[in-house]
Amino acid sequence: MARTLVDKIWDAHVVRSIASGQDVVYIDRHLIHEVTSPQAFDEIAARGLELFRPSQIIATADHNVPTLNQHLPIAEPLSRSQVDKLTENCRKYGIELYGLGHQRQGIVHVIGPELGLTQPGLTMVCGDSHTSTHGAFGAVAFGIGTSQVAQVMASQCLLLTRPKRMRVSVEGELRPGVTAKDLILYIIAQLGTGGATGYFVEYAGSAVRGLSMEGRMTVCNMSIEMGARGGLIAPDATTFAYVEGRPFAPKGQAWNDAVAYWQTLYSDEDAVFDAEFVYDAADITPMITYGTNPGMGIALTGQIPSQVAEAEAESFDKSLKYMGFERGESLLGKQIDYVFIGSCTNSRIEDLRTVAAYVAGKQKAQHVEAIIVPGSKQVEQQAIAEGIDKILAAAGFELREPGCSACLAMNEDKIPAGKYCVATSNRNFEGRQGPGSRTLLASPLVAAITAVQGRIVDITQYLN
Amino acid sequence: MEKFQTLHTTGRPLPLENIDTDQIIPARFLKATTREGFGENLFRDWRYNADGSPKADFVLNDPRYGGQILVAGKNFGCGSSREHAAWALYDAGFRTVISSYFADIFRGNALNTGLLPLQVSDEVLARLLAAIEADPQLELVVDLPAQTLAVPAWGETFSFAIDPYKKECLLNGYDDIDFLVNQKSAIEAYEQQRAWTW
Repeated sequence: MARTLVDKIWDAHVVRSIASGQDVVYIDRHLIHEVTSPQAFDEIAARGLELFRPSQIIATADHNVPTLNQHLPIAEPLSRSQVDKLTENCRKYGIELYGLGHQRQGIVHVIGPELGLTQPGLTMVCGDSHTSTHGAFGAVAFGIGTSQVAQVMASQCLLLTRPKRMRVSVEGELRPGVTAKDLILYIIAQLGTGGATGYFVEYAGSAVRGLSMEGRMTVCNMSIEMGARGGLIAPDATTFAYVEGRPFAPKGQAWNDAVAYWQTLYSDEDAVFDAEFVYDAADITPMITYGTNPGMGIALTGQIPSQVAEAEAESFDKSLKYMGFERGESLLGKQIDYVFIGSCTNSRIEDLRTVAAYVAGKQKAQHVEAIIVPGSKQVEQQAIAEGIDKILAAAGFELREPGCSACLAMNEDKIPAGKYCVATSNRNFEGRQGPGSRTLLASPLVAAITAVQGRIVDITQYLN
Repeated sequence: MEKFQTLHTTGRPLPLENIDTDQIIPARFLKATTREGFGENLFRDWRYNADGSPKADFVLNDPRYGGQILVAGKNFGCGSSREHAAWALYDAGFRTVISSYFADIFRGNALNTGLLPLQVSDEVLARLLAAIEADPQLELVVDLPAQTLAVPAWGETFSFAIDPYKKECLLNGYDDIDFLVNQKSAIEAYEQQRAWTW
């Protein structure tokens, strides 16, 4: 019987099915971080359980960590205690920790792929909704709650209902200045912030296949922003080339066997999806969000909708009031206070290269504070090796040390109340970047150009 | 986890759509390493001013409203996977959230916390929100064994769906972890027969 990609991977991981319809699904890799793991470790201890497969758990400290002076003890006591607790738990249970000071520390969804831990055909979970990022490799990867973190620790399995299947295809070539971030913001704007709830989304079509692994990760990362549990892309030569040679990638004969298996991971031609959408790449222009959920996106040169359904009016107007915008308005010309380039969505070397290529020889606008937070120590070192750090510094951008940073403002990196920030991250929720902060989501290219111009512009007029 | 059977209470209306988990519990309050105490920061930035004084017009500060059910707009609990959102609602005394649909991860987290996500139609949700605003004392009866939500004042009872396994867990206070740990021999057998091991 014809099967979709998700079903092929799912079927290969079903330990058994139970009468009410759920499957006991085996989890290959479990990523953990300091914020959503301590209560799970406590639960394991309180129940007198052991970790079932500690070698399949990989830990990093990312959500809370400062992005300045990481060599010093963490100043903020609560953050320090959470990071210390993670270190202590990893030591106690023999879990590999890529913590502060490790040359491979970084955002959990950046280091998994870098280490070659993320591979096609795997099931991967993390107590973090952006675990969907790893779907870029053709893995079934999704975020879980802390109770489930404890379940995976105790059994390496979860009890799950098979998701519905959606395919979103984007065909054709992306226009100049249009990136993976614009592609996913466009899809979310089409489907809405809850439009894919209950589904796993497979991204397909020539525009998606044409993306680099970094671009594919950006797309899959934001699947959760339309409610999807996960998103994934069938692995191909681009995927294999990225994985090959990484520390945890299969080697020798195992590599050949792995690739032979990975080449079977695609949706069969006759496979049936529960929902299917097809978009034309030529319709996608550089995007930006104007509201307080990621579905509230428009073309940079477009207008905020003036009409909405009556049932949505109260939420819509509350959102615009928070942002200080009005119905029907264009964002062009709006002055911006901050630019944040970072997060598990856009903090990889390709993103930093894009920014550096644009700002080389230019200066950020004087009133803008521009912060770049690399996704990992590896990205940071690569940027230094390529001289990107110097280009950024000369343009007035501040290159920080790795972490989640101002994406969710758990550390000191916050946008002040009422200020506007063009951010390459994934969420523009009220207060996400700090109480009262106003976030406009966009691509690294849009962010770089905005930082230089100091206001929202039609970037297609400013491309190098 | 506490057992859940029936609930006779009133509801608090929050007629906004797409309420994300950053609103339910902002990230800066996720630094605790235990499950308790999140209730005081539930809806922190909607509930309190920057100086910590309560915002009088927010539903949790409005003395007209009370009860253990939050009635909220569609797509409740979207965004971050933080289970702390469900813990905060539970810690603040809520035992049920009624909405016309829930984000996936939140739904699972709520069920694992002993908080019932009760899904009704858009139409019933709109009626409930209007009726509670008109009469904050409107009695609501949740009967989990019967899978019904009754509004005695209307003489109406609505059925709701819940996964039969999760229903058993809620009724008995069971967690998935108990079940999964008992599957060890099947899990080990699965590991043995896997064709690939990289």
